[in-house]
Amino acid sequence: MENIAQYILDGRNEDWRVELRKSMKAKERTSIVRVIMPEQDPNVRNKNSVEVNTGITEEMAIAEAHRCLDCPEPTCTTGCPVGINIPAFIKKIETGDFLGAASVIKQTNALPAVCGRVCPQEKQCELNCFYTQKLKKPAIAIGNLERFTADYERNSGKMSIPDVAKANKHKIAVVGSGPAGLAAAGDLAKAGYDVTVFEALHEIGGVLKYGIPEFRLPNDIVDVEIENMRKMGVKFRTDYIVGKTSSFEDLRADGFEAFFVGSGAGLPRFMNIPGENFNGIFSSNEYLTRVNLMKAAHEDYDTPVLMGKNVAVIGGGNTAMDSVRTAKRLGAERAMIIYRRSMEEMPARAEEVHHALDEGIEFLNLHNPIEYFADEKGRVNKMKVQRMELAEPDASGRRRPVPMEGEGAQFDIDVDLVIVAVGVSPNPIVPESLKQLKMTDWGTIVVDKETMQSSIEDVFAGGDIVRGGATVILAMGDGRKAAAGIHKYMMEKVAAN
Amino acid sequence: MNKIIEKEFFSENVAKFVLEAPEIARSRKAGHFVIIRLDEKGERVPLTISDGDPEKGTITLVVQKVGVTSARLLDMNAGDEILDVVGPLGHATHIQNYGTVLCAGGGVGVAPLLPIIKALKEAGNKVISVLAGRTRELIILEDEVAAYSDEVIVMTDDGSYGKKGLVTAGMEEVIQREKVDKAVVIGPAIMMKFGSLTTKKYNISTEVSLNTIMVDGTGMCGACRVSIGGKTKFVCVDGPEFDAFLVDWDEMMMRMGAYRTEEHQAFENYLQTAEISK
Ligand SMILES: Cc1cc2nc3c(=O)[nH]c(=O)nc-3n(C[C@H](O)[C@H](O)[C@H](O)COP(=O)(O)OP(=O)(O)OC[C@H]3O[C@@H](n4cnc5c(N)ncnc54)[C@H](O)[C@@H]3O)c2cc1C
Ligand SMILES: Cc1cc2nc3c(=O)[nH]c(=O)nc-3n(C[C@H](O)[C@H](O)[C@H](O)COP(=O)(O)OP(=O)(O)OC[C@H]3O[C@@H](n4cnc5c(N)ncnc54)[C@H](O)[C@@H]3O)c2cc1C
Ligand code: SF4
Ligand code: FES
Repeated sequence: MENIAQYILDGRNEDWRVELRKSMKAKERTSIVRVIMPEQDPNVRNKNSVEVNTGITEEMAIAEAHRCLDCPEPTCTTGCPVGINIPAFIKKIETGDFLGAASVIKQTNALPAVCGRVCPQEKQCELNCFYTQKLKKPAIAIGNLERFTADYERNSGKMSIPDVAKANKHKIAVVGSGPAGLAAAGDLAKAGYDVTVFEALHEIGGVLKYGIPEFRLPNDIVDVEIENMRKMGVKFRTDYIVGKTSSFEDLRADGFEAFFVGSGAGLPRFMNIPGENFNGIFSSNEYLTRVNLMKAAHEDYDTPVLMGKNVAVIGGGNTAMDSVRTAKRLGAERAMIIYRRSMEEMPARAEEVHHALDEGIEFLNLHNPIEYFADEKGRVNKMKVQRMELAEPDASGRRRPVPMEGEGAQFDIDVDLVIVAVGVSPNPIVPESLKQLKMTDWGTIVVDKETMQSSIEDVFAGGDIVRGGATVILAMGDGRKAAAGIHKYMMEKVAAN
Repeated sequence: MNKIIEKEFFSENVAKFVLEAPEIARSRKAGHFVIIRLDEKGERVPLTISDGDPEKGTITLVVQKVGVTSARLLDMNAGDEILDVVGPLGHATHIQNYGTVLCAGGGVGVAPLLPIIKALKEAGNKVISVLAGRTRELIILEDEVAAYSDEVIVMTDDGSYGKKGLVTAGMEEVIQREKVDKAVVIGPAIMMKFGSLTTKKYNISTEVSLNTIMVDGTGMCGACRVSIGGKTKFVCVDGPEFDAFLVDWDEMMMRMGAYRTEEHQAFENYLQTAEISK
C-alpha cells in the first residue's frame, strides 16, 4: 500500500461515512457518467475576457460525488502535493454539506478556489484515482469539485476566517506575494506571528495576478483570499523590493526575526536567435503583464500593447497557452502555437490545450523558430521555422526533438506579433543582496527539504525560487512547510533565550 | 502613496519634484532610478533619482514633458500624491578616482548626471561638465552642476546661451585641451550615440545611462532589453549604465520607437481633454 496518511484512513471509519458508502452500490456509482464542466461557447469566449468555465451546479456536484467509491486505499490523495483529504470532502458534498466540504479542504489547502482552477489535476489526484488506474474510466472530477466547493463557500457569505492564535509579537517578513508567500503568511498569521508581506509590484498575488489571465482565474477570486488574510492580521506592503528598498539587514534592525523568500521565477528566457529584439517580439511575461496587470487592452488605461493579426507564440506550457488565447481575444486573425515537440509532450494543463483548440488556435507542433525578419521600421513581419522530428529516446527516456533535413524543412511564416514563452529563470534580486546564501548552479536557493531553511539561519524559501518554474500547488505546499519550519526555529530560539 | 513635498519649474517643460519616500531615500545611491505610477489607470515609467535626503526621507526627480505620463505629472502640485513609487532600481554607478572625468549631459539627461557628478567629485576626481540643449531654456540644473564641477561648459544649438554648437563640440574642446581619463554621457539616445563616437575617437572609456522603455523595472519582462557587445541585456537589472562602446545604438533607438504611434495618439488625446477641462 502506498503511504496514505493516517488522518485520511481514520476519517473513513466515521459512522456517517460507513453509512453513506452503504447507501449506493459500487456498480451503480461506477455507471454514473463524469460531470461535464459547462463552459462559454468557444466562438463567444474567444472575444471576451470572462472566465471560460461557468461552474457546475449543486445537483451536478452531488451526482459527481456519488461516483466516488470512498476507496479503502484512496490513491487519489497520494497525487495531491498538499495532502487534501479528497474522499472526505467529496463525501461531504454527497450529503449536501458543502460548507463542511470546504472546511475539509481548507485544513490543508489555503487557496482552493485557485487550485480548483489551475492545478494540473490530470497529472496529480485524477491521475491516481481508482477510476483512472484500475477501471480505465474517466477519473472523479476532483478539480471541478474542489472549485465548486470553494465557490459555494465564497458565494454563501459564510466564508470562515481561520482562528488566529494569540498574538506573540514576533515579526516575520514574507518576501513576494505569489502563492508561496501567501500560503506561508496565512499559516504564520494563524500561529500568532506579526506577518508583513513585501511585494515588488503594485499588486498582491504574483503570477496569479500578472500572469494567469482573467478568463482562467478571475482577479476577484484572488482578492477575496487576500482580503481574508488581511482580516487575519497579515500586513501587505506593495512597491517594496526586499534587497533594494531595504536590505535584509535593515529589516532585521527593524525587528524582523525570520524571513520567508517566495520571490518566484520571474525572469523571462529568450532563445538568442537572430532578430529576436525586433519590435513586436515580446516575452510572455511582458505581454501578459501589459494585458493583465496594466490592463493595456482597456481604452482608459495608459499602458499600450501592440496588437497583431498574425500572432505566433513559441512554447507549449501554460504560459504559452495563456498568451496565445489572450492574443486571440485581442483580435488576432491567426493565433498559433509553435512548439518543438509533439502534442503529447506539451507541459500545459490538458484542459487548456483543449480549450485553445476549440477557440480556433492553430498548433504547429514539431516546429522551432530560427530567425525573425522585420520591416524598415523594425517591426517583425516574418519568421523562419524549422521542422523537427523526435529522435530515439535518450538516457532520460525522453525523445529529443532534432531538426529535419531536406526540401521544405525550413520555411517562412508571416507574423506581426511574436510571444516567446520558452521558460523562466529564478529572480536574482534576493540572492544578489544576500551574498552568503547558498545557491544551485541554476540560480535557485538551496533549502532543507523538510524545514525549507536556507544556508542562512533566519532565511527560509520556497516556490519557484527553489524549484525553478513549477506549479501553484507546489509553491503553496512549500510556503506551508516553511511556515512550520519558521515556527519551529522561533520556538527553539525563544526557548534558548 | 507618496506625497509631493515640493515642485519647481526649470522651464515650461521641465520640473523638479521632491517626493516623500523614506526607505528609498535611505537606500539610494548615484545611478539608481525609481518606477512611478501616477494613479490606478496610469502606466509605470522610470525616472532617475537625481538627489535624496535620508534625514528628511525625500527623493528628488527631474522630469521632462514628452508624453502623457510626464505631462500629467507636470500638472501635479505640492500636496498631491503619487500612487506608486518603487525603487531604488538598477545598479548604482561605479565611482572611483579616475583623474579627470568629462561629464556630458543633454536636455533632461543632466538630471541623472547630477548625482554622478557629485559622487565623482567627492571621490576626488577633477570634473569637467558639458551641458547641452537646443536652446537657453532647456539648460537645467546649471548651478547645481557647477557646485560639484571644476568647470562647466554650456552649449546650445541656437547659440542663445553659452557657446553655439552641439554637445560633441564642447566635448572635443576639452579633450583636445587636456588629458581626459573617463567620460560619462547621459541624454537622448542620439546624443549618447554621437557623444560616445567622439570619445571613442580618442579612446576614452565612456559610460552611458540607457533610457529604454520599461514596464516592471525588476527584470521580469524584457521590455528594456538591448544588445551590449552582441549579448542581450536588461537595462533595468543589468544597467542602466553600460560601456558606451558596446551598445547597439541603432537597435536601441529602433526599440524605443516601438509605441510611437500609440504614444502620439495618447498624448494628442490628453492635450485635448486637458484643454477642455481648463
Ligand atoms: C502565465 C502563467 C500561467 C501559469 N499557469 C499555471 C497553471 O495553470 N497551473 C499551475 O499550477 N501553475 C501555473 N503557472 C506557474 C505558477 O504560477 C507558479 O509556479 C507559481 O506562481 C509560483 O509561485 P511563487 O509564489 O513561487 O512565485 P510568484 O507567483 O512568481 O510570485 C513571486 C512574487 O515575488 C515578487 N518578488 C520577487 N522578488 C521580490 C523582492 N525582492 N521583494 C519583494 N517581492 C519580490 C514578485 O514580484 C512576485 O509577485 C503559471 C505561470 C505563468 C507565468
Ligand atoms: C532608467 C531611466 C531613467 C530615466 N530618467 C528620466 C529622468 O530622470 N527624467 C525624465 O524626464 N525622463 C527620464 N527617463 C525617461 C522617461 O522614463 C520617459 O520620458 C517617460 O517614460 C515618458 O513617458 P510619457 O508617458 O510621458 O511619454 P510617452 O508617451 O511614453 O513617450 C512620448 C515620447 O517620448 C519618447 N520616449 C518614450 N520613452 C522615452 C525614454 N525613455 N527616453 C526618451 N524618450 C522617450 C517616445 O518615443 C515618444 O516620442 C528615464 C528613462 C529610463 C529608462
Ligand atoms: S481514488 Fe477516486 S474513487 Fe477512490 S476515493 Fe479517491 S477520488 Fe474517490
Ligand atoms: S523593465 Fe521589465 S525587464 Fe526591465
